[in-house]
Amino acid sequence: MTSKKKDIKPIWIARDLSKCSGCRKCEIACSLSHERRIWPEASRIRVFMLVPGAEFPHFCAQCEDYPCVQACQFKALSISRKTGAVLVDNSACTGCGKCVEACPGKIPHIHPRRNRILICDLCNGDPQCVKVCQAGSWNVLKVVTRESGDYAYKLYARTPEEVTRDLVVKIYGDKGECFL
Amino acid sequence: MIFGYAGKFLEVNLSTGTFKDVRFSEEVLRDYIGGRGLAAKILWDRLGSNWECVDPLGPENILLFLTGPLTGFFPGGRICVSGKSPQNNGVVGSTVAGEFGIELKCAGYDGIIVLGEAEKPVYLFIKDTEVEIKDANNLWGLDAKQTVAMLTKKCRELLGNHYPHKGLWKEPSILYIGPAGENCVRTAVVAAKWTHAAGYGGYGAVMGSKKLKAIAAKGTGPLPEVADLGEVNTLIQEVCNSAYKNELWRRWGTGFGGYSFGAKTSSEPVRNWQEEWHDERSFGGDRFENRVWVKNYWGDFGCPTTCLKLAVVKSGKFKGAATDNPDYELQAYLGTNLGIFTPEENVYLASIIDDLGLCGIQTGNVMGFTAELFQRGILKREDLDGLELRWGDAEAFAILARRIAYREGFGKILAEGIYRAALKIGKMKGTDLMPYAVQVKGIGVGAHGIRSGKDYPEIYSYACSVQGGDHTSVACMPIDDSRSELMTIFHDSGVYCQFNVFNIESTLLFKFYEAVTSLKLTKDMWVKTKALKILQLQRVMLLLGGPDFRWNPETDDDNPPRFYEPLPSGPFKGNTVKNAMFEEEKRKYYEMVGWDERGLPKPETLKRLGLKDIEKVLEKLR
Repeated sequence: MTSKKKDIKPIWIARDLSKCSGCRKCEIACSLSHERRIWPEASRIRVFMLVPGAEFPHFCAQCEDYPCVQACQFKALSISRKTGAVLVDNSACTGCGKCVEACPGKIPHIHPRRNRILICDLCNGDPQCVKVCQAGSWNVLKVVTRESGDYAYKLYARTPEEVTRDLVVKIYGDKGECFL
Repeated sequence: MIFGYAGKFLEVNLSTGTFKDVRFSEEVLRDYIGGRGLAAKILWDRLGSNWECVDPLGPENILLFLTGPLTGFFPGGRICVSGKSPQNNGVVGSTVAGEFGIELKCAGYDGIIVLGEAEKPVYLFIKDTEVEIKDANNLWGLDAKQTVAMLTKKCRELLGNHYPHKGLWKEPSILYIGPAGENCVRTAVVAAKWTHAAGYGGYGAVMGSKKLKAIAAKGTGPLPEVADLGEVNTLIQEVCNSAYKNELWRRWGTGFGGYSFGAKTSSEPVRNWQEEWHDERSFGGDRFENRVWVKNYWGDFGCPTTCLKLAVVKSGKFKGAATDNPDYELQAYLGTNLGIFTPEENVYLASIIDDLGLCGIQTGNVMGFTAELFQRGILKREDLDGLELRWGDAEAFAILARRIAYREGFGKILAEGIYRAALKIGKMKGTDLMPYAVQVKGIGVGAHGIRSGKDYPEIYSYACSVQGGDHTSVACMPIDDSRSELMTIFHDSGVYCQFNVFNIESTLLFKFYEAVTSLKLTKDMWVKTKALKILQLQRVMLLLGGPDFRWNPETDDDNPPRFYEPLPSGPFKGNTVKNAMFEEEKRKYYEMVGWDERGLPKPETLKRLGLKDIEKVLEKLR
């Protein structure tokens, strides 16, 4: 860890949403890793199914300008220099929801039992959701190096409604939007 | 409390609009586990003494939605639907895939017990332990896709209004009925998503009789605690690794079967089982894959296999029809059994059946029966309200399916399911039509024939099963065989998908059960005592039957007459079930499961299993 520290670059989870099988193994892995329980509603990555067949994982896109971090009045959110993830200081978070409002995709959500926000922390550089998605070769999720250049990661911060609207057309064709 | 359970069940009385929590003793949960086993126990305790008088479509029937301790943990989430079946007047454990069972357990309930009937259409809304009966007038009459869309929107609004600071709510999980269930059609399903169905048993009709359009559940808690989380994780991994190695199964699911079970094993229903062989390469799994698949892997909670695929018709007159790619059963029953041999027509018909909330197997069975009567001139165009029901005419079958779902014209008779329809039409025509009804004790036989001897069911598998024609639960010897329904009872009582257990040792299932619950259970203990006990309960309720008829095991523990006709074509031409051999196997099976020569559970069997209270009721059958 210490000797390799300089080589560690921030990462990003590339996503190919239309391939999502809806197996929700990412939710299971995330909640097991963070909560030691299988707990879909406490998972930092959540699979939405607003239209059957158009399931997809909804989780932090680590926007270039981190609007959520800026919106927090309690300094509960910070950016991990190591991974680029948004980290939550649980002792400072009041569960006010300002970060949810600031997020273009309305991605963060409050923990179902504790009054604090849940945001993907990239598992300190080793995301468990990606592992299970790769193990079953669905390959919806893939870890890539986060580049500082032209990539607009923020485009992936979309609301579930927006994502669904696109996916139904991709999957079901021109009739897709009738299913919303 | 035993690990793996939420600890309580929700009892809803729709007649009075009241709720209460119900708890079962540890002893009951140890013996009957959950799902199908517990359903048999609940139904026996509450309705057993009066079973033959209970109308499956009356307010006195009990509708059950039960998880098991393994639900959510064992890869492939399901829930078991049960009650007195309007198809066979017995008890069928009918499971459906999806997240409903997981949401329910996360809400704090192991199951739902529905009593009575509502005055007006309602749906049940469950958010953790807050439960409401909501008006469903706007939902009544909607098809599958419309119901899911409207209810998803409505429930997310409800959640958002009740709990505004949560951020965005994920959709709840929904079980519902389509128009067929609303109209109490006996081949109606309890559905999930657009296409998942608890089909066998006909519980969609029971839901409709109670005017219960849907149940939506959102649970925000974790799944219950397990005895040994580390071990559970290890075992989940083992099941997944085994599934990942089975790539062809993952790739095609059962959808390779529409061709293979016809061409290779010759055990696929073709034109109402007049044949079981075809060599139609037009119906190959590769063609479905290349022409209609729009998603190659689709699955449910925790599933490593994701054997489902989504399909959309891309060209021709059925363009735009969307559903999950027909699995083998629907390729057969909404394809070959109706003389249909193209992916497009098959997907189109499956999408209609799904939208209407009908069971593809049971409806395909009764439609095939009707088409054969038309072929033979027993039914004429005027009998069928002007419909020319020719083999291969997907549009004609789609029209017939709609008439069944809405009980219009001749559809009203077919809506009674294969057995009752055959009796009724036979009476109308003054002739015995049972030779054309491919069913066992009220349930149309699944699409795996027994004449060629090359498929998995044995010649006595359907005849001796407590779930009749149900291809997911068949009688087999030895009774601890992995195909045996005593093992199926474990899957359907632990409540998980039996499609994830191929290629794993059955001992793993019991290790899994122990890691979740902390209770020791061996296969031997399971098969020889607990499962056998559940089997006797199902058997007795099936034989008690009523109120419209009662099965006689001496005549009804038998194959459909068609299975005694020789196969007319294919590599196994001439093969048939030999009656003498069947009788011998049947008798052997009776012996194995502790039934007497007439097929009634023996007093000593009941005594050994601690089911003495059944003995009194059995007097009615002796």
